[in-house]
Amino acid sequence: MKLNKYFERSLWVFHLNTGSCNGCDIEIVAGLTPRYDLERFGIKLVGSPKHADVLLVTGPVTGRMTDRVKRIYEQTPNPKAVIAVGTCGTSGGVFYNSYNLAGSIDKVIPVDVYVLGCPVRPEAIINGVLQAWIKLEKLRESMNAAPAK
Amino acid sequence: MTSISLFEILVKIIGAIVIAFLGIVIGLFYKGIDRKLAARMQARVGPPIRQPFLDFFKLMIKENIVPENAVPWIFNGAPIMTLVSSITILLYLPVGNIPPILSGYGDIVLIIYLLTLPAIGMVVGGFASGSPYANIGAQREMVMMMSYELPLVTAVIALGWKLSQVYPQLNVFSLVAINANPIWGLVGPLGFIGAILLFITLAAVTPGELSKIPFDAPEAETELAGGILVEYSGRNLALFGLTDAVKTIVMTSLTVALFFPYGISHLLAFNGAFALIVDTLFFLVKIFLVMFFEVTFIRVAVARLKIDQVSFAYWIPVSIIGLLGLMLIVLDTIIV
Repeated sequence: MKLNKYFERSLWVFHLNTGSCNGCDIEIVAGLTPRYDLERFGIKLVGSPKHADVLLVTGPVTGRMTDRVKRIYEQTPNPKAVIAVGTCGTSGGVFYNSYNLAGSIDKVIPVDVYVLGCPVRPEAIINGVLQAWIKLEKLRESMNAAPAK
Repeated sequence: MTSISLFEILVKIIGAIVIAFLGIVIGLFYKGIDRKLAARMQARVGPPIRQPFLDFFKLMIKENIVPENAVPWIFNGAPIMTLVSSITILLYLPVGNIPPILSGYGDIVLIIYLLTLPAIGMVVGGFASGSPYANIGAQREMVMMMSYELPLVTAVIALGWKLSQVYPQLNVFSLVAINANPIWGLVGPLGFIGAILLFITLAAVTPGELSKIPFDAPEAETELAGGILVEYSGRNLALFGLTDAVKTIVMTSLTVALFFPYGISHLLAFNGAFALIVDTLFFLVKIFLVMFFEVTFIRVAVARLKIDQVSFAYWIPVSIIGLLGLMLIVLDTIIV
């Protein structure tokens, strides 16, 4: 069963910086420029997690951001997907094992898709956003296939 | 208006449902065209025209979160109130040559009052969501409401006054009368300039009424994260999207009804049902053109104004233009 055929053509993205160096953030904004034009896929950058379907999280999670990241994740209405953007978000990158880091994003909230690169390419971000939805659909399918409780 | 039959009531109810449905569908469709054209003007490909429909259906199945410190019944009621009030205005507006469904039950003064209702609904919803961002957005919306009322009323009153001077026996504020007697044919050269100024006034009020750039300070995506809408999600946000679409149709229809109520069927010598269809299609073209120049073009061409600049712009320059137009129309009537 498909989750909803409208979802894959209308993904609203909330961009969350958890301590990134701003490199990935610039690349995300580059995705909105006429050259890459996220909007042609129906992807829109929104200002509030309440409006979002996809959380684009950049950067390693600093100690101070840990609670905020969890709260923003909980504020995002279901169904939702989380994308870790950039090397730092995936593993900690050059800040690996730093004293003021809580770790990579998947140590704090469940991550669906990892987009690698330092910084990532805008094409990779667009691809990642679309992949996230496919993954969520598969997850839903497997849950439906399992016997009902 | 002493008594109406059951049949008439039935016709009005069915008509209201049809108009509401068409208003929403055409509104969303025009919103899609608006986004596509804006994208093309920025040298982008842009979303498909059915994008607003996709967004709407997606939002309908999303989870609906009510914040902890919100007032739930006001928070959930505000989107419904805004949508219903904007659809109600639609019932008072003529579509091409078809008179409004509630024609005779209210005139343009009522429409001006009703136009504040969607804005008030959003203000109430913003205050009820208990978020500082929504709070600031709601305050800005109130300031804007107070600012654009005067120019809007000036434009409407000037037209009604002129009509009352030419045809004293008419019910001059009814949209049917305004629709039947376009302003351009009633005035001399001075009044013509006055009417152009009044049209400019209404064109300046339209983006403010719709909260579009340059007057989108209450929603300000980049500074207030959505302002009034910041806490809304799922179904409620979808309803606000519909309200926006319907309001676009309402404001453009109002402009068309006040300034461009011309049909083309008599020029092409059509009659009967065919003429109605042609005029309705022509009406849709007219509201598209009005939307293009008053909303799409302006929102691509300029940046957002700060709220104090918005207030100043409406109170001083736009009001002066409106009053100047009013004076020119009065002069035109007195001199001739």
